[in-house]
Formats: sequence, structure tokens, C-alpha cells
Amino acid sequence: MSTEVTEKETEAQTETEAESGESAHQSRRMEQKRQQASQRDLEEEARTEIDEAEQTIEVKVFRFDPEVAGKEEPRFDTFHVPFFKGMTVLDALIYARDHYDSSLTFRHSCRQAICGSDALFVNGRQRLGCKTQIADLEDHLNSTIRIEPLPHQEVVKDLVVDMEHFYDQMEAVEPFFDADELPDGDLEEQRQDRENREKIKMSTRCIWCGACMSSCNIAAGDNEYLGPAAINKAYRFAMDEREGEDRKQQRLNIIEQEHGVWRCQTQFSCTEVCPKDIPLTEHIQELKRESVKNNLKFW
Amino acid sequence: MSQSYDRGTIEDFGRWREFTAGMWAWIFHKFSGWVLIGYLFTHIAVLSTATQSGAMYTETIRGLESLVAVRVLEVGLLAVAVFHILNGVRLLFVDLGVGLEAQDKSFYASLVVSAAIVVASVPTFLAGAF
Ligand code: SF4
Ligand code: FES
Repeated sequence: MSTEVTEKETEAQTETEAESGESAHQSRRMEQKRQQASQRDLEEEARTEIDEAEQTIEVKVFRFDPEVAGKEEPRFDTFHVPFFKGMTVLDALIYARDHYDSSLTFRHSCRQAICGSDALFVNGRQRLGCKTQIADLEDHLNSTIRIEPLPHQEVVKDLVVDMEHFYDQMEAVEPFFDADELPDGDLEEQRQDRENREKIKMSTRCIWCGACMSSCNIAAGDNEYLGPAAINKAYRFAMDEREGEDRKQQRLNIIEQEHGVWRCQTQFSCTEVCPKDIPLTEHIQELKRESVKNNLKFW
Repeated sequence: MSQSYDRGTIEDFGRWREFTAGMWAWIFHKFSGWVLIGYLFTHIAVLSTATQSGAMYTETIRGLESLVAVRVLEVGLLAVAVFHILNGVRLLFVDLGVGLEAQDKSFYASLVVSAAIVVASVPTFLAGAF
């Protein structure tokens, strides 16, 4: 008797399982269909928008995905995007992702040139996607806009590069404020001269986008070179008068090393591409002079 | 991350059309520097014939000067030397932090001045060579 019951129970169980398996499969298929339908709708919408748009642009985007069969080989995909006034490169990418290919991968966050996550190689130059107006790109209506990941960094997927090395170099210069004396009162500010503030003002603007490092040939050839961004960070602290002499000496020791400031060969590439207009080469040169002064003492 | 893609150095040079002024200045400076070093060695080789005899030295120089190719190369040598000097001065200013905003203009200026000097030198170098 008891065996019968168990058998019956098992049968019932298998049936339910089969049923639930079936329904899971079905719901997956439904979901897939829904997705395909919405993709079709989006593409349809894009077509209408493109028909209606006064102008369209063509973007050629670097694609690479090592994890999907058939996509391991790097290639370029071309997308047509309706153009509107004030459109940025990032807008174009978002449009392409949302309307044509949801697997198109790129980093972005703030959309206002603050987070530094969307540095890209657009028409042969390192730029922030969100800061670059399509209209500012030369001949944007007649030629294709080429969007690639930052050069000299390994590509993880599509436009996403591995930033690990860049962060390591940034950290190598100990990028934190380390004053000699702290103010007495809890809420007291740590005052800095107006002139001193002016001196380091530009260097504080770095958003860690990595554009400068990617544009630097020397950094590309010498993996240990600190690179413009890290040296600029070092400048920001070494020139801050609130840090004491000993601390400054330690900072100079870091930037004077073989792969520090002396590797810079003043190509000015970093200064040209920095989206925050930091005079990087100038800062590097000033640190070079600072380090010479530090070592050459005739008295 | 199972794999990543490294685009390599070859692609860098393939992008020469996208190089900026500072980058060209760097390439030309390196190139002219190496040419000058190469020239110094040949120069020493020619000079050392004087250790044999004065006549041999004169003979060597005369022989070299009679070759059209050498005369043309001399124009090239002047071009390389003038550019290297002018860009060297430009770099000196860069090192001192003077006129950094005009670094591209000073590079173009070095090119223009070098070209002018080289063109002006052609009659002197090539006189009687053809
Ligand atoms: S220095 Fe400029 S280009 Fe370099 S990481 Fe900072 S903001 Fe980006
Ligand atoms: S999205 Fe933040 S810098 Fe462009």
C-alpha cells in the first residue's frame, strides 16, 4: 500500500516537474519573443527617426568579444544614427546600443565630463565621449565617425579597456594629502595661500580618464613609466605648501626615479588630449627642474 | 576576463596621419640626431686618412667632392643639422618652461627656417657639381 502511494506520488511529482519544465521553457521562449519584438520595434523606430531626421550620421564602432563564438575577431560595425543639435559621441553610442545592438559595450556614467569613464579614441584622438560634440568633429556629416577603445590599453570587450595598470601607476605616487601639522581645532580648515592654490589649481582637475596615458608613446613603450596623469598627481601634492619638506622630499624621490619624470620626452601628446585642459607637459617639466634643483647643490 | 586584445605597435605607426606637431618634432629630432651620429663616424673616417699623409687626405676630399651624390648628401646633412639645432633650442625653451603654449608653432617655425636655409645653400653646395 505504502509503495503504491509512493509510486503514485513520484509519478505525480514527475508530471509536475515535466509540466513546470515545459512552462519554464515556454516562458523563456515567450520572453525571447518579447525581446525580439521589442528589438524589432526599436529598429523600426530608428528607421522612422532616420527617415524623419534632417541629418543622419554614420558611426563605425570597434567590436570585440572574446567570450562569444564568432565574435572573437576584432571588427568594426557601422550604425546609422539620426543627428540632432548638441549630440555627443556618447549619445550616438547610446542610440546605437538601444536601437540596434544591446550587446554594444562601453563605459559611461556622469555624462558631464566628471567621472572620466568614457575616454575613447574618436577619429584618431583620445576624447571623452560625453564631452565631444559630433558637430565639432570635422566633416562629421559626410564621413564616418570612427570610435575605438583607448590605444595602448588591453581591450576587454568592445570599447572597454583594462584600466588596472593606469590605476596602479596613479597609486604609485601616493595620491593623498599628507600634511605635516594638523590644525588644532576639530572644525578648523587647513588654510592654503591663494597663490599656492592658483599654482596647483589645474593639476587638481584630473578625472582619471586615462586619455593622456593612452596618447603617450613613451608610456606605451615603457610599462614602468609613471605616465602623465600620475606625475600630474605627484605635482599636485609636491607643490602643495601645506605638506612639509620631508614629505616633499619623499615625493621627489618617487618622481625622480628612472621611470619617473625623466622618461618624458615632451611630445605634448598628453597635454593635447587632456579633456580637462591640464598643462601636463608643463607640470612634468617643472618637476624635472625641481628635481635638478633638489640634486644640484653647490653650496 | 578570459582574453583581451592588444593592438600592438604596428598599428601605432599606421596612424602617422594622426600625429600631432609635438610628435613629429620628436620623430624628426630623433631621426636627425641619428643621422648626425652616423655622419660623425664617416667624418672621422675621412679625417683619419690624414694620418697616412696630407696628400692622401687631400685626394680623398677631392674624390668625394667630385661625386654629385656627395654634394646632394651635403645639402641633406645641412638640412638635418639645421633642423636639429633649431629644434634643440626649442626643446631648451620647453625644458625651461618658456613658451610651452607655442610649442607647435615653434616646431613649424624651425621647419620653415631650416627649409629656407637649405634652399639658400643649394647654389653653394652644388656649384660646379653638374
Ligand atoms: S590628466 Fe587629463 S587626460 Fe590624464 S587622466 Fe587626468 S583628466 Fe584624463
Ligand atoms: S560620462 Fe562621465 S566623463 Fe563622460
